[in-house]
Amino acid sequence: MSARVGIVVFPGTNCELDVAWAVERLGGTPETLWHADAELRGADAVVVPGGFAHGDYLRTGAIARFSPVMDAVARFAAAGGPVVGICNGFQVLAEAGLLPGALQKNAGLSFLCEPVECRVETTRSALTALAEPGSVLRLPINHFEGNYVCDETTRRRLRDDDRIVLRYVRNPNGSLDDIAGICSEQRNVVGLMPHPERASDALLGSTDGVVLLRSLLATASEGAAVA
Amino acid sequence: MKYEARVEITHLPGIADPQGATVERSLPALGYDNVTQVRVGKSIRLVIDAADEGAARAQVDEMCHRLLANPVIEAYEIELTELASTP
Repeated sequence: MSARVGIVVFPGTNCELDVAWAVERLGGTPETLWHADAELRGADAVVVPGGFAHGDYLRTGAIARFSPVMDAVARFAAAGGPVVGICNGFQVLAEAGLLPGALQKNAGLSFLCEPVECRVETTRSALTALAEPGSVLRLPINHFEGNYVCDETTRRRLRDDDRIVLRYVRNPNGSLDDIAGICSEQRNVVGLMPHPERASDALLGSTDGVVLLRSLLATASEGAAVA
Repeated sequence: MKYEARVEITHLPGIADPQGATVERSLPALGYDNVTQVRVGKSIRLVIDAADEGAARAQVDEMCHRLLANPVIEAYEIELTELASTP
């Protein structure tokens, strides 16, 4: 059975087709979910893709978290379903409280659009289950607000519970502890600033994102088999 | 009663403020080398209809907590002014 991946689309989302393309090539079945719909239509996994949801007005992700689809995503996540937020999707998940902390403006105030190297810090997450621990992946970033911050208690908890999923090898944006991606306590919700879908074909300059998307599809299929 | 609320949103102490830091670094270039602690925030104004000032403040406070500010990284201050009622 091919895993069904629901891809949430807000007004202003712009990476949904890239994610759908990559998911389909890896054998998954992508399905776009409009933000105003309150159901996930049988998805085995959910991706909140990049873009500028609701114009990023007020703060990135601040308005998106009130879209009806987010209640369904929160219920799905609470039940253990795999949810991945990429770039703006990470910002949405943080605003929605599905992941701790916040993403704020890059140190240096530059919009960054470049490939970066990220180290896989844990394979105990929906996005890294199949990755090699400690391996370095070359993935593109494309953001102005990717500077992860959280309070000291959260920071300690993320470290102690092995919830830092990806770290930048060279910190591009001032992110706390070089954090590029984190996961939830249950390890099924993952947020990351780099775009794995844009590193899923040799023509795009890197295929290092494939192992992450494959991990997501594998986690989704497991869940579907259990359900 | 109608009240004008002015909400000032700033970074929580201890949270980096990249905009404030950049502005602070630029000011000496213009000769202002005596400036420190620059913070850049946000200002939101709105008019609210409520029974009294306490009720207005409570509602704006709730709005700040739920939407206008992100309590993880931001602090806010609310200033209320009673608007003259129109006949």
